[in-house]
Amino acid sequence: MTPPTAPTAPASSAIAAADDTLTIYERSQPGRRAFVAPALDVPRRPLDELLPARLRRTQPARLPEVSEPELVRHYHRLSKRNFDLDTGFYPLGSCTMKHNPKLHERVAALPGNARLHPLQDERRAQGALELMWNLQEALGEIAGLPHVSLQPSAGSHGELAGVLLTRAYHEDRGERRTKVLTPDTAHGTNPATVTMAGYEVVKVGTNADGGVDVEDLRAKADGQVACLMLTNPSTLGLFDPNIAEIAEIVHGVGATLYYDGANLNAIMGITRPGDMGFDIVHFNLHKSFTQPHGGGGPGAGPIAVSERIEPYLPRPQVVRRAAPATVPGERDGYAFHLDEDRPKSIGKLRGFQGNYGVFVRSYAYIRSLGAEGLREASEVAVLNANYLLALLKRAGVAEYLPIAYDRLCMHEFVLSGAPMKRELGIRTLDLAKRLLDFGVHPPTVYFPLLVDEALLIEPTETETKETLDRFAEVVAEILREAAHDPEIAKNAPYSTPVRRLDEARAAKQPVLRQPL
Amino acid sequence: MSTYTSATDTDRRAMLDAIGVGSVEELFADIPAALRLGRSLTLPAGMAEQEVYEHLKELAARNVSCEEEVSFLGAGMYDHYVPALVETLLSRSEFLTPYTPYQPEISQGGLQVMFEFQTAISELTGLPVSNASVYEGPSAVGAAGYLAKLANGRRRVLVSRGVHPHSRETLTTLARGYGQAVAEVPLREGATDLDALVAALADDVSAVVLQQPNFLGAVEDVAALTVAAKRVGAVVICACDPIPLGVLEPPGAQGVDICVGEGQTLGNRLDFGGPSFGFFAAAQEHLRRMPGRIAGETVDVDGKRGFVLTLQTREQHIRREKATSNICTAQALNALAGVVYLGWLGRRGLVELGELLLQRTAYARATLSALEGVELLHSQPVVREFALRLPGADLDAVVERLAAEGINAGYRLGRSYPEYADGLLVAITERRTRAQIDRFAEALANALAAERGATPVGTGVVG
Repeated sequence: MTPPTAPTAPASSAIAAADDTLTIYERSQPGRRAFVAPALDVPRRPLDELLPARLRRTQPARLPEVSEPELVRHYHRLSKRNFDLDTGFYPLGSCTMKHNPKLHERVAALPGNARLHPLQDERRAQGALELMWNLQEALGEIAGLPHVSLQPSAGSHGELAGVLLTRAYHEDRGERRTKVLTPDTAHGTNPATVTMAGYEVVKVGTNADGGVDVEDLRAKADGQVACLMLTNPSTLGLFDPNIAEIAEIVHGVGATLYYDGANLNAIMGITRPGDMGFDIVHFNLHKSFTQPHGGGGPGAGPIAVSERIEPYLPRPQVVRRAAPATVPGERDGYAFHLDEDRPKSIGKLRGFQGNYGVFVRSYAYIRSLGAEGLREASEVAVLNANYLLALLKRAGVAEYLPIAYDRLCMHEFVLSGAPMKRELGIRTLDLAKRLLDFGVHPPTVYFPLLVDEALLIEPTETETKETLDRFAEVVAEILREAAHDPEIAKNAPYSTPVRRLDEARAAKQPVLRQPL
Repeated sequence: MSTYTSATDTDRRAMLDAIGVGSVEELFADIPAALRLGRSLTLPAGMAEQEVYEHLKELAARNVSCEEEVSFLGAGMYDHYVPALVETLLSRSEFLTPYTPYQPEISQGGLQVMFEFQTAISELTGLPVSNASVYEGPSAVGAAGYLAKLANGRRRVLVSRGVHPHSRETLTTLARGYGQAVAEVPLREGATDLDALVAALADDVSAVVLQQPNFLGAVEDVAALTVAAKRVGAVVICACDPIPLGVLEPPGAQGVDICVGEGQTLGNRLDFGGPSFGFFAAAQEHLRRMPGRIAGETVDVDGKRGFVLTLQTREQHIRREKATSNICTAQALNALAGVVYLGWLGRRGLVELGELLLQRTAYARATLSALEGVELLHSQPVVREFALRLPGADLDAVVERLAAEGINAGYRLGRSYPEYADGLLVAITERRTRAQIDRFAEALANALAAERGATPVGTGVVG
């Protein structure tokens, strides 16, 4: 079915359509309520005795007043104005939008997990600590690095941990360094992290094959360099075959080598960052390890490090120690502890032990797949990406959307929309918007910055061949359509809850909350 | 073994043919042989779904959760009730499985949720602008410190000793990176010592960090502390728990510049510490220094109302090393729980809940502190949590005796405050009934008596 080329009436009923953008505050009517407080079962005392009037709130927060049915209907209706992974293909490059197994929600919701207090005595949280320890061990094995902290809350938080670890490592050796190197293809989080950690960003160029420009690196690597942050495979979806030489240069000046794990999904069980020479690795559990993305979190960004970095890991660290057989909760002669006694630690990066609910899901995933399954996941991720690339290299597409670096790719690849813009008069943004009418989430667009009109496409291993075939057909169809009439793509989408939005207006005259 | 992949042998052959290679192995040709693992990862073999479920169930069964004991443990996360509708709505794939709304036309649900969330946080805190969430409470305090650094470039941050120990430590960790020194302001009678704050203030102080109520449960005189801090032009940061804000004057109305906090209490589970969400609200002048996603209202080409991510020139993916923060993935789903929960409570419910907590907490505080061997650690006003002292008692042994009776007595303050080695921090949520409080009092009296070597006192304290 060809999607519409002009705005269509919403599928929902006329009544819903009339107010489908009302906020919960606009649905509020004085006197309505969903909440009923538990009965007061203690003697009532005058509020003034309990809290002096000058400290008390005089005007209640203007929260909505709605009944439960209206509340449920409101958010249910909002949910239908989202596209999601369970609905369709979501090849958002660098985000690894793989299937989120449903078992994981069930095990995370077990009361022993969901209602476990983070400050529970560790003797009464042995199951949780064992799970965390097991996950640490597994992630360490996957990374090829012996020590893991689960604490960071997301990838960028892991990056910050990594750069702060580097600072602590150098300072412990009496060194003060001022610069961190990042390739020009890096995720934006890398340079932003460097600044937050108090270093100056120095960019390293990219060579003709899409890898790190080794000569440029050599020229810039000096005694002031604390770290090189690298993604391998890179954000171009290419494995840098010079990684051993890169590691040697970086280590040669006493710097650390940091691995941005956003692209780990390509290499699980095939090669390991630790074996490549990386000192610090972060994982995105919401990418390779199936934590649902939640519309922008939660995630988790554990880090794995080498021996020399270990003393500086954040507090607390989950450890396993031999225990006398009489300790309650203990089994097999050992018990798990939260070790706060880490004198060289960089300290805490957040409260408590990290996003445990995410750990449960990722641990369930690792136990489901095992070593062979993880390797298969990476193999199929790379197979799917190369297959889709092969389809898009065919006539009708390749002349408009050539691959940026014509090599076999890893789990993702970058096309350039520059010829499409030149020949057909539509931009990468227009292609992305037209994809929406075909029920596909567009790839990442305009990243990496290095490639003009970039499209970064990551199909993941959980998509079928038919889905990839269909995506390639859709892209070809949009290009044919644009050759005939570019205005269709330029004005797309047509079938979505709203059409192109005025982002300039939103930024110029910010309306960031409901006026009440 | 589950794989979640679907490539059959037939598929693989067809796909490899299309690519023009003979094997999957060839696709990895760029990885030098010396760097190949060349063996299987040393991990347990994969398992079927039902086996994984049993394993995870067995692990979870070895935890004692709030399901299995009567818990008075708080200290930053609280056993509030999560209404059923939160679970139902959060489990919808349309909320659970998409990513950050980079394509607003197909993400209006998530974007509108952010807009509604920002509105709720702005209302709670009394500050005009809020972002769409940060990781959690303590890192939000660190992020606020960074904003202050961006705002005034000064070198020193003063943090009240009443701020959660994890927040203080996180702030210190992050400040070491961005180059600020953190110093503590002591407490006096359970609340931040105003005189000590005034004495420590100088024009090199970038920010003053408070917590309301503070870690010991005390309601701080935020207005007075803020006036003092502002005399030297410091940015005032206040970490808040949102539930007590139902009855407490909002920090924004007391002159606070930045209000951050832990959002777990708003419809999120305990989850052994996360995921929850952090919130971050600020005065208008700091809008363009805020970290994280912000949703804004606009219109589409047909003039229809819609929402987008806005003011993105603050953010890492646009501004890179000049960004106001490195945060990317935050806690959108947990923030959704927060806004749904606040909609459930509603305008009156938040106040009613706060007043119920005030009453039950006052009752528990009076009942427990009346026991022989128990004193108040401070007598400041409290909302949901209070601190006791058990002078001379072996606190660990007392707590263990209560645990054996299925009661979690609370947080031993000595874990983070050596000066309160005999302190116990007790939290009361709306799930803790009078009967449970009475049972706690009785068990505590018995435990103290037993520790003293005396005979148990029976049921005398039950009202």
